[in-house]
Amino acid sequence: METFELITLIILAVVMIISAVMAVLSKEMPLAILASGAISLLASIFFLVLASPDVAMTEAAIGAGLTTFLFFIILRKTDQNKTENEK
Amino acid sequence: MKNSIAILLVLAFGFFLVHILQLYHTQETLNKTATYYNTNTPAEVGAANVVTAIVVTYRGLDTLGEVTVLFLTAMILGYILRQGGKEKVTKNNTSEILITAANVLIPGSIVLGVYVFINGHLTPGGGFQGGAIIGTAITLMILANPMRTIREGLLHMVESISGFFYVLIGLAGLLFAGGFLDNRILPLGTLGDLFSAGAIPLIYSLIGLKVGTEISSIIANINETGNNTVKL
Repeated sequence: METFELITLIILAVVMIISAVMAVLSKEMPLAILASGAISLLASIFFLVLASPDVAMTEAAIGAGLTTFLFFIILRKTDQNKTENEK
Repeated sequence: MKNSIAILLVLAFGFFLVHILQLYHTQETLNKTATYYNTNTPAEVGAANVVTAIVVTYRGLDTLGEVTVLFLTAMILGYILRQGGKEKVTKNNTSEILITAANVLIPGSIVLGVYVFINGHLTPGGGFQGGAIIGTAITLMILANPMRTIREGLLHMVESISGFFYVLIGLAGLLFAGGFLDNRILPLGTLGDLFSAGAIPLIYSLIGLKVGTEISSIIANINETGNNTVKL
């Protein structure tokens, strides 16, 4: 593996770890959801580099796309219930 | 006290993980099974994507099981969520940016999903990935406009018909070719053509439709569930 490629991958891995920590510690819920989506997106790049495009596609479609949107739908539903209960 | 036990457990786990990592070495050659798949796929299955050949034909029964698990998940989720009562979403406070972006992205993603599952035997991806992309498009549609009614009867019909024909194609393989889910009931064609690899494009299209409609119906159920307490 070339040095440039290796450095890029290490930077990606560090960004992945940072977003994982952010997903756990963030007080802002949308930020946490986006961070957990970013982990999947970066993981799919890793799968692509490791020569498994099929797995990369699954990770990108389900981890980054579907789960993030699902979390946002649930977030809006719980927020609605919260405001209705407070009334 | 509790924390120190957790730290000890994590350290022990890390120790074993490092140990396993030290044992790891990259294989220079393919192992026996992988060599078999690599050399015999073009002649036996005719699919340019070896992963698809393994998933749909060599390990076709496992894929049928996988589809069944997803079907059961959708059914059980539908049953549990139905206990919460139905509730129409009455107000729509979505931002204009999301609505416009969704209108641009949805048609493209549905076409991409169809492309991925039809070309499953040629390019990376396949029924599950294509279905997930279509499901994502429907999720985005519901996220942008929660008041939109999804015709669940149509979704269930598409899902049942594709599941039924998937099993039917499998049984046809038992009758006319080598075994259950054998793809050689249709001519194999030339390697790399769209209409090649026997029944694989057909099976993967059915799986793609099934997965896409299942995910869509789960999301639609979640969106329409009311506030009642769920009793199991």
